[in-house]
Amino acid sequence: MTGLIERKHNWRSLVLAGVLLGLAVPVTQASAQAASPVLAAARASGEVGEKTDGYLGYPSAPSAEVRRAGDELNIKRRAYYAERAVAQRSTVEEYAVTMGCQLIAKVKPGEKYQAPDGSWRTRGTEAPLRSNLCPA
Amino acid sequence: MKSDELTWRARVAKQLPMQGRQTGKRRSPTSRVTALAMLLGGAVALSGCVSVKAPDKPIVIELNINIKQEVVYRLAADANKSIEDHPELFGN
Repeated sequence: MTGLIERKHNWRSLVLAGVLLGLAVPVTQASAQAASPVLAAARASGEVGEKTDGYLGYPSAPSAEVRRAGDELNIKRRAYYAERAVAQRSTVEEYAVTMGCQLIAKVKPGEKYQAPDGSWRTRGTEAPLRSNLCPA
Repeated sequence: MKSDELTWRARVAKQLPMQGRQTGKRRSPTSRVTALAMLLGGAVALSGCVSVKAPDKPIVIELNINIKQEVVYRLAADANKSIEDHPELFGN
């Protein structure tokens, strides 16, 4: 009797787990690809760019939607930097600036980035201007 | 016979306020000359000042001045790994 109930219970939880898995997989797939389609478009159009401090910035006044998405991502980045800074025994700012170096190095031609003097530049075919703190 | 008798002699009015001609406090002639000399001296000193002009080029302030290059170099490999591992934060 108890065995039957248990089996029934197991079967039910299996179905539940299956449903949850089915729901979870598309969500994680979506988040693994890009920040958001809004930000991807804003990056391509130069409405957002990479700053030297490791966060996204707005070279020109962004739309409300872009600002919301950008600010949200920056909050997530900050949380991540704080986590890595603890692991690497550095300060959040040190980790964030290092990320800024590496992120600016990976900015694609046509996208915007911040030069060491704080001005916004559009990446051309040449290497982006980076602080002399940045590793080669 | 009635005679007026002075009970006490008044002191001689040597100073101007005593004579009722002056209400405020005045500097003595020597201190007035000193004040004038100081004023002139100050004006001369001011005209002799080095004038500082704003530079034509914008002043660049390096914000990351407190971050050492060796720290950035140490963190660089981990930063690159972060970019690869978290496209949801750093990809586009």
